[in-house]
Amino acid sequence: MLKIRVIPTLLWKGFGLVKGVGFNSWRRVGTVLPALKVYNTRDVDELVLVDITASQEQRAPDHEAVADFSDECYVPLTVGGGINDLQQIVVLLRAGADKISINSAAFVNPELVDQAAMRFGAQCVVVSIDVRRHDDGACSVFSHSGTLDTRKDPCSWAREMASRGAGEILLTSIDRDGTMQGYDLRLVEQIAACVDIPVIASGGAGNYQHMVEVIQQAGASAVAAASMFHFTEQTPAGAKQALHLAGIPVRQNFVAV
Amino acid sequence: MKVGIVNYGMGNLGSVRRALEDLGADAFIAEHPMSLFEANRIVLPGVGAFSEGMAHLQEGGWVQAIRRFVLTERKPLLGICLGMQMLASEGEEGGITAGLDLIGGRIRRLDTVGCSLRVPHVGWNDVTFPEDQPLFAHVPQHSDFYFVHSYAFDPVRPQDVAASTSYGITIVAGVRHENVFGTQFHPEKSSRAGRQLLRNFMEFVAC
Repeated sequence: MLKIRVIPTLLWKGFGLVKGVGFNSWRRVGTVLPALKVYNTRDVDELVLVDITASQEQRAPDHEAVADFSDECYVPLTVGGGINDLQQIVVLLRAGADKISINSAAFVNPELVDQAAMRFGAQCVVVSIDVRRHDDGACSVFSHSGTLDTRKDPCSWAREMASRGAGEILLTSIDRDGTMQGYDLRLVEQIAACVDIPVIASGGAGNYQHMVEVIQQAGASAVAAASMFHFTEQTPAGAKQALHLAGIPVRQNFVAV
Repeated sequence: MKVGIVNYGMGNLGSVRRALEDLGADAFIAEHPMSLFEANRIVLPGVGAFSEGMAHLQEGGWVQAIRRFVLTERKPLLGICLGMQMLASEGEEGGITAGLDLIGGRIRRLDTVGCSLRVPHVGWNDVTFPEDQPLFAHVPQHSDFYFVHSYAFDPVRPQDVAASTSYGITIVAGVRHENVFGTQFHPEKSSRAGRQLLRNFMEFVAC
C-alpha cells in the first residue's frame, strides 16, 4: 500500500533558508545544507527545495548548489524556482534533483510541461499551483511567487496541467502560508477531486491534526509543511506517528534484520 | 570495488554515486562504454521515457557494450527504475521499442495492466520478496522503498520476479536473472532500506 508522505518544504533565498507568511515577511531560519543533513538523519520521506527569488531574478536555481544539496539527500528531492526551459531541467536533474517543480513558466509557455513530461517522464514533473482566495470566496491562481493574479480557476488549471503531463500538483494556499492555522481543506478537496494525479497539500500546517484532516477529509496524497517544522517542536517523525495513530498508512523506520 | 554508473544523458547520477561511495565503493560515472572495462559492477540508472532512454543508449553505443559485459564477462548489473525497465525485451512507452533484452518481458503502462489507481505510482510503498533473493538480504519483509513510475515490468518468466509491491494490482518491484538485477524503486532515494539493498548488490558474488 502506498504511504502518505510528509514533506518538509525548504525555501531557499541567497545563502539561507527563509520562511514567510502569505509569501511575504521572510524570516531567516538557517542554512540549507545543515537543514538537509538533519532531515536526512531523521529519515524524512521527501524534501521540496524552492529557490524563491530565482523567478523574480529570471534565472533557474543554482545547479552547483543543488548538486551539493542532493549529495547529502538520500530521499527524493524536488527542486523549484524560476525554471523556464528544458535545458535548465536537464541541468538540475543531472545535478541530482529527482523532480523539478514548474510554476510561473507554465503560464507563459504551457508546452514546457508537455515537453518536460515527454522528455523526462511525467513522474518527475511537479506543477506548483499557488492559490489565493478572494473576498467573495472564489479562488484564482497566482504566478511569480504570488505577485501576479492569472485569474485562472485552480481546478481547470490543475486539470490542464495534468492533461499536459504533470505527475503531481503541489498545491499551496497563499492565504494560509505561514499562518499555521491549518490547510485550506475546501481548496485541497476541490483540486484532489478534479485531477487523477497526486495532490500535495501545502500552506497552513500548524499541527499534526491539520495533516490528519487534509488527508482524511480532503484527499491529499502528501502533506508539506515548513513553519510547523521550523518554528515549533513538532517533527516529521512526530507527524508520521500521529498519522499512523489516526489509521493513515505511513512509512515505518527501517531496521535491518 | 569499482562501480561504473552508466551516463547516457538521462537521470540522476549524483545521488547514486554518492550512495555507493558512502558504502565504500569506488564509484565512477562511465561517460563511454569502454570505460566499463574497468568496472566490477555496473549500475544503469534512469529517469524518463523508455523509447528515449533506449535511443540514448543506442546513440552512445551502450547496448552492445552492456550486453557483452553482462552476458560474456558476467559483471553484475543493477538497473534502477527506467534502468530496470530497459533490461526487458521491449517497452511500450513512446511507441513499442526494443530493450536491452537481458530479462524477458515487456514494459506496460500501469493502467493498461489493470491498475485503476492514480498513475504515476509515486511514493513509498512496501515490498515483499522470496526469502532467497540476495538483493534483499537483511531487509525485513514489507520494508518501504521509494517508487516513481507510470510503467511496470511484465516478465515472461515468473521466476525472474525478485520482489513485488501492491498498488491496486501486484506490481513487479524487482527482477533478477543470474547476474542481472533490477529495481523499479530507487534504492539511492530509499533512505536506510535502499542503502542496505545497494550494500547487498556490492556484496553479491555469482555462484
